[in-house]
Amino acid sequence: MIRMQDVVKCYKLGGENIYALNHISFEIGDGEYVAITGPSGSGKSTLMNIIGCLDMADEGLYELAGQRIEKYSNRQLARLRSTHIGFIFQGFNLLSRLSALENVELPLLYQKMSRQLRRSRAQEALESVGLKDRMKHKPQQLSGGQQQRVAIARALAAKPKLILADEPTGNLDSKTGLELMTMFDQLNAQGNTIVLITHDLQIAAHAGRALHMVDGRIIDPGEEEAR
Amino acid sequence: MQSVQMAFKSILSSKMRSFLTMLGIIIGVLAIVVLVSIAQGTSASVTSQIEKLGTNLLTVNLQIRRNNPITLSRLDELAQVKGIAYVAPSLSSSGTVKAGLVQYEDGSLLATTPGMASIRNYTLEQGRFITAPDVDNRSFVAVIGQEVAKELFGSTHAVDETFTYLGYTFTVVGVLDPIGSSMLGSGDNLIILPFTLGERLFSRKGISSFYVSASSGDTVTQAETAIKGFMDDLLRKVSTSTTYSVYNQTSMLETLGATTATLTLMLGGIAAISLLVGGIGIMNIMLVSVSERTREIGIRKAIGASRANILSQFLVEALVVSLLGGLIGLGLSMALINLLSRLLNMSLLVSPAVAALAIGFSLVIGVVFGMYPANKASKLRPVDALRHE
Repeated sequence: MIRMQDVVKCYKLGGENIYALNHISFEIGDGEYVAITGPSGSGKSTLMNIIGCLDMADEGLYELAGQRIEKYSNRQLARLRSTHIGFIFQGFNLLSRLSALENVELPLLYQKMSRQLRRSRAQEALESVGLKDRMKHKPQQLSGGQQQRVAIARALAAKPKLILADEPTGNLDSKTGLELMTMFDQLNAQGNTIVLITHDLQIAAHAGRALHMVDGRIIDPGEEEAR
Repeated sequence: MQSVQMAFKSILSSKMRSFLTMLGIIIGVLAIVVLVSIAQGTSASVTSQIEKLGTNLLTVNLQIRRNNPITLSRLDELAQVKGIAYVAPSLSSSGTVKAGLVQYEDGSLLATTPGMASIRNYTLEQGRFITAPDVDNRSFVAVIGQEVAKELFGSTHAVDETFTYLGYTFTVVGVLDPIGSSMLGSGDNLIILPFTLGERLFSRKGISSFYVSASSGDTVTQAETAIKGFMDDLLRKVSTSTTYSVYNQTSMLETLGATTATLTLMLGGIAAISLLVGGIGIMNIMLVSVSERTREIGIRKAIGASRANILSQFLVEALVVSLLGGLIGLGLSMALINLLSRLLNMSLLVSPAVAALAIGFSLVIGVVFGMYPANKASKLRPVDALRHE
């Protein structure tokens, strides 16, 4: 599903080069459930942006679902995000003016799906996260957990190949967070590829595998303990 | 279709702001439509007044002191020329007429020949017009306008009544249909006398002004040429310093048309400036909206919106605001024009062309001033937009 080789992302800060990603290489297979962990500033958000095609690497190779995207145009990247990736953010990132249903419909809208199909797919997605009776509600009328479930429904609606979650439990209490993680486990069991970014090792434990990041590098657990 | 819905949603979500933004366009469109419609209405009413005088009409005036060669028989000759229908001299004066104890001071006396009735489209409510024998015999007869009849005799049934002017007694032989007022003054205060009598009473010898009607609108130019030839021929024999002028009603209409077109353009231009200001208002608000919704743009991009999607979203929003403003402005100006036409007793209309122009203009404003903010929004990088708080 994902293959990165020698990926570099570099920021200039006061004339000094800061390597957010320093020659990163890894692979994630289809149907895997991988957590990317690390302290803040370790480059895991940068990595997620690149995985999610929101940003481009400065150097190196990135292959998503067999497509090398280094030379993709903005339009092609948008297309790829629309069809291949479902985002789940820490702050939910729902559009406050739209109802839950409309929020879930949005990615389908950008795929130019017909109205009826859009509606039925969005309803299906909301039902699957247990929000059948909350479809007409605006985000402010929903609890944090419910909002995050709407966000999950939105990510699922386009039936993406990859679900990218950035600290999905960060804004939730631990009980709701746990419920959410159960939902992720189910999604993975249904065959979805999930990449989860978190600094919480307990949450990361739900994943089948963890990639630890420190200072823009991925290190194996043994190496970290040795430090 | 979908983006129009989204645009409406976002406009409705901040009603006050959207309304204030629209207000600029509303006022701009209102100003354009109302000013241009009034200018057009005025021009149309003036034009119709002139047309009432007859577009085939030519007026000849000459400045001459002695040896005026223009006589009634010469005019009859002119009337025979091809392309000319009627020729009639005109001698005007003003004065007080009396019927018994009643005085009428606003009379406009016109001494002429029978042809004048056809030239000026005078129709009679009662009686007859001046005839050739009246002119030949210098009969003391008169044809009077509605106002004159009502003032002197209390009714328009005035045939066979008599009045005096300069001590002479005149018999009314005809009463004109109502004419109404025109640029050239009221037509209902006319007192028409036989030309020969007028010459004597007004102590003016010779014809210094006469009217010609071309046989049709197409022969006006031909008639004008004929008149000039005729005048040049006659005047060459007597003096070289005499000048004359031929006024052509059609060319007068054209001049007037050009003037009012300039006026309309000027008024429309001034109004267009306010529409432009409205457009800048739209741009301003759209820029604020883009920076307020940076995060929303980021979210939309993350879940698959392309640049084109974002561009069209903001552009459509600007367009909907300007078009809605334009339509409201058009509606208001139609109401205002309706009210004005009643108050001013003028037939004012919002012509379809003006309406289309106003709406088209507001659409153009929407595109032009919406483009920059929309482009700015669409160019945001998703990472940066998402990071925006």
